[in-house]
Amino acid sequence: MVKLYPCKEFRFPIVAECINPEVFRGKTSKEIEMLKVWEGNKQRKLSELFKIEMADGDAENIVIQGDLSKVRKIGAGMKSGEITIHGNVGLHLGEEMQDGKITVYGDVGGWVGSMMEGGTIEIHGNASDYLGAPYRGCSEGMHGGKIIVHGNVGNEAGAHMRKGIIKIYGNAGQFAGLRMRDGTIYIQKDAEARIGACMKGGKIVVGGFLESVLPTFTIEGVREKVKIEEGETAAGPFYLFLGDIVEHGEGKLYILKDKNPHLRVYEKFL
Amino acid sequence: MELLVKNGFVYDPINGVDGERMDIAIKDRKIVEKVNEHKARKIDASGMIVMPGGVDIHCHIAGSEVNAGRLLRPEDHFRDFERKTSITRSGVGYSIPSTFTTGYRYARMGYTTIMNPSMPPLEAKHTHEELSDTPIVDKASYPLLGDWWFVLEYLKDDKIEECARHVAWMISSTRGYAIKIVNPGGLEAWGFGHNVNSLDDQVPCFGITPREIIRGLCKVNRLLNLPHTIHVHTNNLGKPGNYQTTIKTMQCVEDLADGKPAIHITHCQFSAFKGDSWATLESGAEEIANYVNVHSHVTMDMGQVAFTDTTTMTADGPFQYTLYELSGNKWVNHDVETETSAGIVPFRYRRKSYVHAMQWSIGLELALLIKDPWKIFLTTDHPNGGPFTAYPKIIAWLMSRKARNATLKQINSRARSRSLLPSIDRELNFYEIAIMTRAGQAKALGLKNKGHLGVGADADIAIYNVNPEETDPSKKYKRVRKAFKRAAYTIKGGKIVAKDGEILRHMEGDTMWLDVRVSEPIKISEDMKRRFRDYWTVEYENYPVGEDYLAISNPIAVRANV
Repeated sequence: MVKLYPCKEFRFPIVAECINPEVFRGKTSKEIEMLKVWEGNKQRKLSELFKIEMADGDAENIVIQGDLSKVRKIGAGMKSGEITIHGNVGLHLGEEMQDGKITVYGDVGGWVGSMMEGGTIEIHGNASDYLGAPYRGCSEGMHGGKIIVHGNVGNEAGAHMRKGIIKIYGNAGQFAGLRMRDGTIYIQKDAEARIGACMKGGKIVVGGFLESVLPTFTIEGVREKVKIEEGETAAGPFYLFLGDIVEHGEGKLYILKDKNPHLRVYEKFL
Repeated sequence: MELLVKNGFVYDPINGVDGERMDIAIKDRKIVEKVNEHKARKIDASGMIVMPGGVDIHCHIAGSEVNAGRLLRPEDHFRDFERKTSITRSGVGYSIPSTFTTGYRYARMGYTTIMNPSMPPLEAKHTHEELSDTPIVDKASYPLLGDWWFVLEYLKDDKIEECARHVAWMISSTRGYAIKIVNPGGLEAWGFGHNVNSLDDQVPCFGITPREIIRGLCKVNRLLNLPHTIHVHTNNLGKPGNYQTTIKTMQCVEDLADGKPAIHITHCQFSAFKGDSWATLESGAEEIANYVNVHSHVTMDMGQVAFTDTTTMTADGPFQYTLYELSGNKWVNHDVETETSAGIVPFRYRRKSYVHAMQWSIGLELALLIKDPWKIFLTTDHPNGGPFTAYPKIIAWLMSRKARNATLKQINSRARSRSLLPSIDRELNFYEIAIMTRAGQAKALGLKNKGHLGVGADADIAIYNVNPEETDPSKKYKRVRKAFKRAAYTIKGGKIVAKDGEILRHMEGDTMWLDVRVSEPIKISEDMKRRFRDYWTVEYENYPVGEDYLAISNPIAVRANV
């Protein structure tokens, strides 16, 4: 296990792609200390910013304790191993990760799990905007893996998603599942407007209040329950909407009936 | 400063030098007969190829269209970036690199002269600002004149001489180099949501046909004695069955040629489709090659497709709309007031797509079936078929059957069975590559001091680390590809700017433009000014581009016959 503690309160953004079991593997503590990170426009050694403790020879397991809200790209592209963070984390956590596990006991910044292909990210706190969404302009979103958020998330969670699952046990901001193609987004509590805008496929489940459904969705029926993932179903009944018609989409939008009495007007179209 | 390039295998097709071991002497900015061997700095080029600096006749590298593409595609840049060094500035790629990176990347490949082919006259200032920021290479721009209202009006009334005077004024005041025609008539029609489908369709509101526009501007080009021919992007580009339009376009100026080149068909691959629909698409390369092989008035460039993620951008608005409908991708479309239109769509060419694989095949078929390398040049229509950084790959495909077969194995199987490539044995040699990548292009552009290594030529030289006596390009194509990717030395204006792919010196390149001198310049009438006021967002007084806009201005004087 490798333990990292920030040496100071960071003032400038830090890009630390090297905090990654993939990079740490097979390196001695001396070599890990010499790894390069960017602090603002200056390149530094990892040991200048973090106190590093190597408990045993195993670098597969990284534990970080402290405020990392200025630190970006932790675990980017990781293929195995585990990172546990006690504290808040900055942008691009686990970007393009392929496998392994990241657990955060705190809040995270934007673009967590951006373009990820596999593995698991679990956040015991809130997440900011663009959860699992790709880089700006890019249409290749999440290709697999799992993101679990126990708190709330910001806007555009799961944008351009192609595969995988995002579970949000709190509320979600606007435009959840924007332009998604496939995969599943489960929001246990409330969601803000414009959910599933321009979606072409996939599934979004809302277990709380949703103010309005976009006019480019049509009601398909009422379902008693809906499958979230293997071995997990959410009990309904749910209204099922299909859309987004603007994009000739066939995405499925499930909204819990009990919490949304104002959507009863749609029933007359059934 | 004196420089001596020693013992290289020199390929200089304009002067007929085919791989002879020679020394090239350079004094200041020019190639000279000899220099003082003791004083001069020497470059040991033994075992290497020495060629004139590369010339690119058609690459979209600057202007509002390219810049809109940069804005449209942040995802194109974030994986491909270059940090600043003590010499170079930082920048991004990939398919639409930033201006500085464009200059550096061309220089790394040994290219020293590049032509930006589509400049809406209204956006000329923007284009020149970006060209001035493109370092090292010399460059020039072609203003889009095929759908320019005044031109259409003059040609409709058959006033060729007045039209010529107007075009002379336009080229000089926008600091342009040649007449660019894109989908003649179609762009004007696009302003009304239509297109033209053949050379004899009427252009709405003007009562003129594409044929008349092409012929008219071809005559204008001749009257003005411009160094390059008209530079034509054909009608129906990117539509199945368009090879017939392309042949008709070449035929329609046949009688105006009198033995000299009269028309340049650009990115011909996109205009060489046979078949009725995308499903039945076939190659029309053979028919076009048969025509070009027996006619001397045509030059063309490939517009080769490289399988990669790229950004398509042309002034052909209706074609770009079709492409958007095909791909469903994000897009930009623009009508440039009374002048032209433009469109941008990101696009990925996939090996396993039948149409894309056919396009790849058609481009190479054209280059290999046209026997005379002086008639067809290597381009990707950067960035439409792929970024210019794909040139080394294309050189390898042209030089090696083995390289073509390796790619053929990977492409769509239906495309493989319909491709003509397996039946073509031709493999180009270094001499022919030198023609297709520099000498031929310089000759077609009428650049007297570029593209050759004779005494008096500009000292723009590329040295590639591959030994033609030891390396058989047909077998060791990877070696050749690597050599052309990073020139051992790039010399620009007598100075070493790049060595082994590293930029050693930041310098500004010239912007070439034509100072067309007519005996009786066009009178800027009150009526014309009024129309500028009525129809343009820019008044006449603010329209011409001042010479101070160009970082280094290099006017080329042309005496016209009117």
